[in-house]
Amino acid sequence: MDKNLLTDIWVYLAASPLLWLSVTLMVYLAGHWLFRRSGGRAWFNPVALSMALLTAILLLTGTPYAVYFQGAQFIHFLLGPATVALAVPLYLHWSRVRQLFLPIVIGLLVGSLTAIISAIGLAWLLGGSPRTLLSLVPKSVTTPVAMGIAEKIGGIPSLTAVIVILTGVVGAVAAPALLDILRIRDDAVKGFAIGVAAHGIGTARALQISSMAGAFAGLAIGLNALLTVLLAPLIVRLLHLTP
Amino acid sequence: MIGALAILLGLQLLGEVAVQVSGLPIPGPVVGMVLLFIILRWRESLPDALRATAETLLSHLSLLFIPAGVGIIQHGTRLADEWLALLAAMVLSTLITVVVTALVMQWVIRRQRGAHRHG
Repeated sequence: MDKNLLTDIWVYLAASPLLWLSVTLMVYLAGHWLFRRSGGRAWFNPVALSMALLTAILLLTGTPYAVYFQGAQFIHFLLGPATVALAVPLYLHWSRVRQLFLPIVIGLLVGSLTAIISAIGLAWLLGGSPRTLLSLVPKSVTTPVAMGIAEKIGGIPSLTAVIVILTGVVGAVAAPALLDILRIRDDAVKGFAIGVAAHGIGTARALQISSMAGAFAGLAIGLNALLTVLLAPLIVRLLHLTP
Repeated sequence: MIGALAILLGLQLLGEVAVQVSGLPIPGPVVGMVLLFIILRWRESLPDALRATAETLLSHLSLLFIPAGVGIIQHGTRLADEWLALLAAMVLSTLITVVVTALVMQWVIRRQRGAHRHG
C-alpha cells in the first residue's frame, strides 16, 4: 500500500477519539479472554494486562496520554453511573447487611485507618517524598473520589489514580487466596475486606466469588469513600504532612 | 436499557448538584448511589431492566479503570525514583488492610453470636 496513504489514515485516526476508544476496548477484550483462557487465574488480571499492553502501544506510537484520554474518556466516564449502580447489589442483599451492621461499622473504621496509615508509614520508612506520601493517602478509595481527595490535601491526582488502580490490582490478585489462608468462609466478610482494601477492581473480583461478596465489596467502596473523605484531611494535619 | 441508563445518569446528576449546593466533601456518584438505594427500598421493587443494566455495567467494572490506569506513563520519573516506597505501600499495605479488615469483622461477628447464645 502507498506509504503516504497509510500516514494519512494514521494522522486522521490519531486525531479522532474513535481510535483509542476502540483500541482500549479491544485490548480489554483480549486481556479478558486471556484471563478466562487461564481458567480465571488471578495473575492474569485483565486490568494489569490491559494497562501494560496499552502503555506499550502508546510508547511505541509516541502518543501522548492526553491524546489517548480523548478517546478513552468515554470509558472513564462510565465510572460515575457504575458507582450509582452499586446500589443494586446492595438492595438485593440488604437483609444480610442489616444483620451485620456492627461488624461492618467496626471493620470499616479499622480497615480504613489501616489502609491510610500503613501506606504512608511504609512509604515514609522507605524514603518516599512528601508529595508521594500525600498521593498515597486515598489509595484504597475508588478512583474519582481518590483523585478529589488527593487534590484537596496536596497530592498529585493523576499519580493517585495510578496508585489506586495498582492497589486494586494487588487486592484483586492476592486477596482471595489470602482470605482462604485465613480461613475466612463468610462471603460477606470476604467481599467487605476486599472492597475496603481494593475498591472497584477488588469488587470486580469479589463479584466473581459471589453476588453476596460483590454486594459487600460495593458497600465497602461507598462507605470507605465517605469515611476517607473525612479522615484524610485530619490525618494529614495530625502528621504535619505538607507537599 | 436506555431507561435504566437514564436513571443511573440522572441520579448521578442529582448527586453532583446536591454536592455543589451543599458543599459536602462527598463525591456526586456516591450520593447518587445512596439516592438509588433509598428509592429502591422505598418502592420495594427492582425493575428488570435496571437490574440487567446495573449487572452488565458491574460485571465489566475492571474495564472502566483502564483509561486512568494508563496514566502511569505520565509518571515515569517519579516511579523510577521512588519505586520501592510506592511498591511497598501498594502491595504490603493492601495485603495488611485485607487481613486486618477481615479478621476484625470475623471477630465482631463471632462475639455477637456468642453474646446471642449466652444472653
